[in-house]
Amino acid sequence: MSIILKADRVTKRFGGLVAVNAFSFELEEGAIDSIIGPNGAGKTTLFNCITGFYKPNEGEITFDGHHIQGLTPDRVTTSGIARTYQNIRLFSNMTAIENILVGRQPHYKTFWIEAIFKNPRVVNEEKEALNEALHLLQYVGLKGLGDQLARNLPYGAQRRLEIARALASRPKLLLLDEPTAGMNPNESAELMHFIRKVRDELTVSVLMIEHDMRVVMGISENISVMDFGQKIAEGNPKEIQTNPRVIEAYLGRGAAAGFETNAASAG
Amino acid sequence: MKLDWRTIIRNGLLGGGIAFYLSAIGMTELFSERYLIGDFLSTGQLFVAIGGLASGILTARGLKEEKHLTAYMGSLLSGIASSIPILLLIFLIQVLVIRQIGQDVIFNWRSMFVNLSPNLVEILTFGQGLAAGIPLLILATTTLAFIGAALVLLPTRWGRALTNGLMWTLGIGIFSENVRQILTEVTNRDFVRLVFQQRTLNPEAAIAIFAGVFIISFLGVGKVTQSGWAKLPAGQQKQGRVVGIVLLAVFLIALPWLVGQFLSQALFLVGMYVMMGLGLNIVVGYAGLLGLGYVAFFAFGAYTMGILTSTGPLGVGNFNFWTALPIAVLAGVVWGLVLGFPVLRMRGDYLAIVTLGFGEIIRILATSNWLAPFEGGPQGILHIPTPEFFGIVMNQPQTMYYLVVAGSLLIAFVTIRLRDSRLGRQWMAMREDEDVAEAMGINLVQTKLLAFSIGAAFSAMAGAVFAARVGNIFPHSFNLLISINALSLIIVGGMGSIPGVVVGSLILVGLPELLREFTEYRLLMYGILLIIMMLFRPEGFLPEETHKRELRGEEEEYVEEHPVAVEV
Repeated sequence: MSIILKADRVTKRFGGLVAVNAFSFELEEGAIDSIIGPNGAGKTTLFNCITGFYKPNEGEITFDGHHIQGLTPDRVTTSGIARTYQNIRLFSNMTAIENILVGRQPHYKTFWIEAIFKNPRVVNEEKEALNEALHLLQYVGLKGLGDQLARNLPYGAQRRLEIARALASRPKLLLLDEPTAGMNPNESAELMHFIRKVRDELTVSVLMIEHDMRVVMGISENISVMDFGQKIAEGNPKEIQTNPRVIEAYLGRGAAAGFETNAASAG
Repeated sequence: MKLDWRTIIRNGLLGGGIAFYLSAIGMTELFSERYLIGDFLSTGQLFVAIGGLASGILTARGLKEEKHLTAYMGSLLSGIASSIPILLLIFLIQVLVIRQIGQDVIFNWRSMFVNLSPNLVEILTFGQGLAAGIPLLILATTTLAFIGAALVLLPTRWGRALTNGLMWTLGIGIFSENVRQILTEVTNRDFVRLVFQQRTLNPEAAIAIFAGVFIISFLGVGKVTQSGWAKLPAGQQKQGRVVGIVLLAVFLIALPWLVGQFLSQALFLVGMYVMMGLGLNIVVGYAGLLGLGYVAFFAFGAYTMGILTSTGPLGVGNFNFWTALPIAVLAGVVWGLVLGFPVLRMRGDYLAIVTLGFGEIIRILATSNWLAPFEGGPQGILHIPTPEFFGIVMNQPQTMYYLVVAGSLLIAFVTIRLRDSRLGRQWMAMREDEDVAEAMGINLVQTKLLAFSIGAAFSAMAGAVFAARVGNIFPHSFNLLISINALSLIIVGGMGSIPGVVVGSLILVGLPELLREFTEYRLLMYGILLIIMMLFRPEGFLPEETHKRELRGEEEEYVEEHPVAVEV
C-alpha cells in the first residue's frame, strides 16, 4: 500500500498560540483513519492546513506525491482532496442538485464564453454533469429531494448532501470533519456503514475528525490523538483505548491513574 | 366582546400619523390637482386616505382570530382614531396659520412650516368648510378603515377581487392622462369621451372598471387559464409559447407609437436602467459582491462613446455609433478588471465602501482640470451625434427606445445563458459562502473578476447609449444617485431575478417620470418603498425562482445504476 497523504512536522501558529505543533502522520491509500482529541486540540486547524485554507508556518504536506502546502484551496481540491465541515456549510439558497453541480467544479472543461452560445460541448457537459449529480443524489439516498433548497432539507439530509457535494469532485481523499455531529447512535452507525461503502465502491481514502468514540473505534484502521496541537498517540483502536496519555488528555491525570490501577488489578 | 383599546387606538394614530406626515410635508396639497375620479377625488386625498386604510388593515390583522363583528368594530374604532392626527393638523393650521396666534410673540409659523397652508385645510375638509368638513372627514376615515378591514377579513377570493378592483381603478385614475392618450391612439374619440372627462375618469367609468376587474378576478380567470394551460399537451404548450413571444414582440414594437413621445422617453430611461440593472444584478444578485460605485462604468461607457464619436473639438477618430459601441463595452470590461483587482480580497461592507469611493473618484477625475484636455472637465463633451440605423436617424425617443429594448434583450439573453451555466453556479456559490466555494475548487480571483467585468460591460453599454441619446455629457450626470437607483431597483424587483429588474426599473424609474409632481419627493419615496419592501417582502416583487433540475423531463434518460437506495 502506498502513502496517499503525508504530513511532515506541520506547524501552524496564530500569534503566540501554536494551534498545530510539528504534527506528522501518514495515511495509507484506501484507509479510513481518524484524528481525535479534546476540543481545541487543533484538529480542524490541521484540516484547514491540508485543504489550503491556512498556510502552515512550517512543515510539508505531500498528497499523492506532490507538495500541496501553500496551494490555494481551489487548487488543493482540484488535485483530489474534498472535505466536509463540522458545522454544515452548504450553499443554502441553492438546490441540492446545484450544490452537487458546484462540487463537480474541477471536472468542467468548457470555457465560460461557450455557455453564451450553448454549443454542443456545453450542452453535453451540462447533461453529463446533471446525470452525475442525479446519480450522486441517489447514491447518498436523497433521490427526490434534488430540487429542494439546501436550507430546507432536514439535518441528516444536509449532512448527506455535504458528502455528496464532496464526492462530486471525484476525490482521492475525503476529509470528514465530525460527520456524525448531532446524530443519534443509530444514524451514526448508518453513516459509518455508508462511509465504508463509499471507500470500497469509489476507492477513496478517508480521514476524519470524530468525537463519538463508538464511531471512531468501530470504523478506524488507525487513530492519531491530538492534544494542544501535538500528536500524543497513534495506533489502532485497541492500542489507543488503553493508552494512558490518551486517557489523561481526555479525563485528566487522576482518572488516568485510576484507570491504570484498575487495569492492573483486573489484569 | 373583548377589545384591546390600546392597540386599536395606537393603530388608528399610526395610520392618521402617516396622513399627517404626508400632508405636513406638502404631498397632499401638491397632488390635489391630479384628480382621480371626476373632480371630487384627487390623488392628494388618496394620501390622506392611506391613513384610514392602514389603520383598518392593521387592526383587522390583529383581530383576525376574533369574531368578525369584533374585528370590524375594532377597525371602525381605529378608523375614527385615525382622524385624530388629521384633525390636529387642521386645528394647528387654524390656530397658527389662519388666526396667526403667537406670531408676534414668538415667530412666524407660516415661514417655518411652509406647507401648512389654508389651502390644505380646504383639501382636508373636502372644500365644505369646517362645520360640514370635519364630520365628513371622520366619516371618510372610518369608511376607509372599514374597507381596509374588509380587505383582510373577507374570504381570500372576495378580498383579492376587492383589492384588484381598487388597485386598477385608482391606477387608471392616477394615470388618466397617459391612459387617455393611449386610448386615443387605439380607439375613437367617443369611447375616450365615455371613459374620461377632461383629465380624469368619469365616475361611471370608474365604477365600470371596478366592477369589471372585481368580477374577472372573483371568477379567477387567471387561475382557470393557468390550470387549463398546465393540462395542455406539451406540443400545444410550445405553440402557445411561440404565440406568446410573438404577441410580446408586437407589443414591444408597437409600444412607443401608442404612448407618444413623452412616455417613450420615459420608456427609454426605463430600458437604460434595465440594461444597467441587469449588469449590476450579476455583480450583486449572482456573485453577491455589494458594489456601490457602479456609476463609474456607466460613465466610462458614456465617455468612450462621447470621445470616439463627438464631432466637437474633443472627438477622436469620428467613429460612428455602431463601431464605437463595442469599443465602449470593451472599455467597460477593461475598467471592470482594473477596479476589480484592488478589491478582490474585500467582502461585504468593506467592498461597498471601497467601490463607493471608486465611483466618486471617477466622477471627480472627470470633473478635474487635469483630464480636461481629453474629456472636457466640467464642460463635458458636446456634439455627440445621434446614431443612424440603415439611414434612419434615431433622434426621436421612439427610435432610441428600440435601441435600449434590443440592448436589454441581448443583455438578458447573455445573462440567462451565463446564469444557467457553470459560471452562474460559481457566482451563486461564491455569494452563498466564499470560503466553501473556494474549497470546492472555484478560482475566486477569476470568478470575481468575471462578475465585475461582465457587469461593467453591460453598464458601459447603457452609458454609451445614454451618451448617444443626450448628445452632450457632463460629469455631474454621473453622480452617486445612479448607483443607488440601480441598486434599489434590483432590491425592489428581487435580487438575482431578471423580470425583477424590469419591474424594479418600471417602478423606480418609470413611475417618477409619470408622476412629475413626485420629483421633489423622489428620494423620500425610494426610502419609504425600500423600508416597506424590507419589512413585508424582503425577497422583492418578483424573486428569483429556484431551478427545477431533478424533475424536468431529464428523468427518462436517468438510468438507475444503483437500484438500492443507500440506507444512510
